[in-house]
Amino acid sequence: MVEPDHHHFDTRALHAGQRPDPVTGSRAVPIYQTTSYVFDSVDHAAGLFNLEVSGHLYSRISNPTVAVLEERLASLEGGVGAVCTSSGQAALHLAMVTILNAGDHVVASRNIYGGTHNMLSLTMPRFGVTTTFVDPRDPKAFAAAIQEDTRLVFAETLGNPGIEVLDIAAIAEVAHAAGLPLVVDSTFATPYLIRPIDHGADIVIHSVTKFLGGHGVAIGGVVVDGGRFDWAANGKFPTLSEPYDGYHGITFTEEFGTAALSMRARAEGLRDFGGCMSPTNAFYLLQGVETLPVRMARHVENTLRVVEMLDAHEAVTWISHPSHPSHPDHALATRLYPKGAGAILSFGIEGGREAGRRFIEAVELASHLANVGDAKTLVIHPGSTTHQQMSREDLAAAGISEELVRLSVGLEDPDDICADLSRALRVSQRA
Amino acid sequence: MRFDVAGRSVLAATGAVPIDRPEVAGAPIVVLVHGAGMDRTVWSQQTRWLAHHGTRAVAVDLPGHGGSDGPVLGSIFELATWISEVSDALGGAIHVVGHSMGAFIGLEAAAEFPNKISSLVLMGLGAAMPVHPDLQTAADVDDPLAADLMAGWMHGPDQKFGTHPTPGMSMTGTARAIIETSPSGVLAEDLKLCAEYDGAIAAAAALTCQATLVLGRLDRMTPRKSAQPLVEALGHANVVELATSGHAPMSEEPEAVRAALADHLFATAD
Ligand SMILES: Cc1ncc(COP(=O)(O)O)c(C=O)c1O
Repeated sequence: MVEPDHHHFDTRALHAGQRPDPVTGSRAVPIYQTTSYVFDSVDHAAGLFNLEVSGHLYSRISNPTVAVLEERLASLEGGVGAVCTSSGQAALHLAMVTILNAGDHVVASRNIYGGTHNMLSLTMPRFGVTTTFVDPRDPKAFAAAIQEDTRLVFAETLGNPGIEVLDIAAIAEVAHAAGLPLVVDSTFATPYLIRPIDHGADIVIHSVTKFLGGHGVAIGGVVVDGGRFDWAANGKFPTLSEPYDGYHGITFTEEFGTAALSMRARAEGLRDFGGCMSPTNAFYLLQGVETLPVRMARHVENTLRVVEMLDAHEAVTWISHPSHPSHPDHALATRLYPKGAGAILSFGIEGGREAGRRFIEAVELASHLANVGDAKTLVIHPGSTTHQQMSREDLAAAGISEELVRLSVGLEDPDDICADLSRALRVSQRA
Repeated sequence: MRFDVAGRSVLAATGAVPIDRPEVAGAPIVVLVHGAGMDRTVWSQQTRWLAHHGTRAVAVDLPGHGGSDGPVLGSIFELATWISEVSDALGGAIHVVGHSMGAFIGLEAAAEFPNKISSLVLMGLGAAMPVHPDLQTAADVDDPLAADLMAGWMHGPDQKFGTHPTPGMSMTGTARAIIETSPSGVLAEDLKLCAEYDGAIAAAAALTCQATLVLGRLDRMTPRKSAQPLVEALGHANVVELATSGHAPMSEEPEAVRAALADHLFATAD
């Protein structure tokens, strides 16, 4: 059998979406730091504004540097196209507002990033969109929560902070059986570890801020359009399947077919809500994406070393990472994530909240801050910081125990990471 | 829009300009016909532009493809007959713009039904279109490898990199998604029709209308030289060669294809 003629993943991470600049020969992606683009003629301008022809007209809608990142991420995820946004949250918002209308309902995993939980539980209801939260490990719970007015199903491929492993194919099947798309946030996994579209997801969102960018220097997001979902099948998605006055009665499914969602997200979502990525941020984030395969492999390798060290440490009461046999999704992770289930984990420290606080104060190499997915090792103890005002019972309801420490394993020498954590663990046990 | 041909519903993109709008009454009707395993949206860089530049553009889904009712038809001749019925349904002679299998359909229709076809613009074709046996085998069993193989061969080498003319889009990703979502068996049937058809030279020799061929120099599915016997049989054809296009010039060099369409339609419109 012949092989498909495509570049492999690692090559695409470096090259997809860009050739050397034809005018200057510039090998690196140039930063097109411009707001706007000169039209060839009045007819050209009219054609661009009216979606008759494509090209750049204003950097809120598209920009050549950002377009390289978009095309690259679409290629890495196996989608038809992508739209970059100012942040991961803006990406989630863009996907939601492109699909949903007031009165619509969402079924979402309950083990998701806190910001997303806030958006769905507190903010979207102000605009008439409500959400039912369910256990991500239970496909039947998703099915049971789907209502007549449900319009999308949402989950994270690797949940937060428990690293719940989503059985993407099973949840996609539930969503598709109800005529709904599955939208996943795959920030913790990146396309290096899993390509959700291949497993049946319809839209993939990332906080590019995290491992894709990888260096903690720029905030960004992306919506990758899988292009396989039939938005015209059941009348549930009028933004895509019915004429839109915003462009003289265009019907996105009829004119653009597989690209309907990405075209509408850009033509309406970026035009009206304006959550675009800046060209300079796209440039920074591209530097990260170029080395994604090398970095992720090392992130995972270091994580396994850290898990091994913690497992053997007497001050550690439990470890939550899918590579550990005690994790409820260990078998699923072994099947879906042959290259490893990411570099974020949590663990419990003997001695509860107070010991957690002492541990955090004692780390020297690991940085105590609220982020994940940096080249540097990051650590946070929710019980003494972000969630300090919560009671033990409220914490437990949010899936966070008092002694929980979350770790995002970086690219330092694993011996140094382990030594730092091990020393801080010893300090945590001195009352 | 939807309209009926032989009692079956056809989905077509019209660039969102309804063809019965008074402003476009009497404008030339341009029917765009996609290739094997594809649908109307391969013309998205031309349809809406044509609709706003003095024509009535109708990019159809062939029977059983995209949003059109099945079943798929069993030969290029049957599809050419269907195109003649599209002309009847739209109420007059049509210009046909065809890609790959759609180019064969246009050619056959113009030779068989000269009163119904005003002119032809054909791209991504050779005098014959043999199909790689591994592609046919994969398509026969609905193996996603078929979509992958076609998406990999469809475009010139530039598209291994980019940048896509439409910001943020992936050309191979889009081609793969269209083929993957086409109903089961459709690609296999289309590929067989392409491989079996041996009437291209005879149809070209019989042609009485104006024809333009748009040929990608980097076409690997129907290499430029495979179109030469057609160019010779046509005698009077206008040939536009595109330097960086592979098998899908309408996506790879959309602007040049729009220019070729404008030249062609301007020269042949009454
Ligand atoms: C899983 C996940 N999704 C989304 C976000 C939000 O991304 P951003 O901070 O880029 O808006 C985060 C940020 O922490 C995250 O961890």
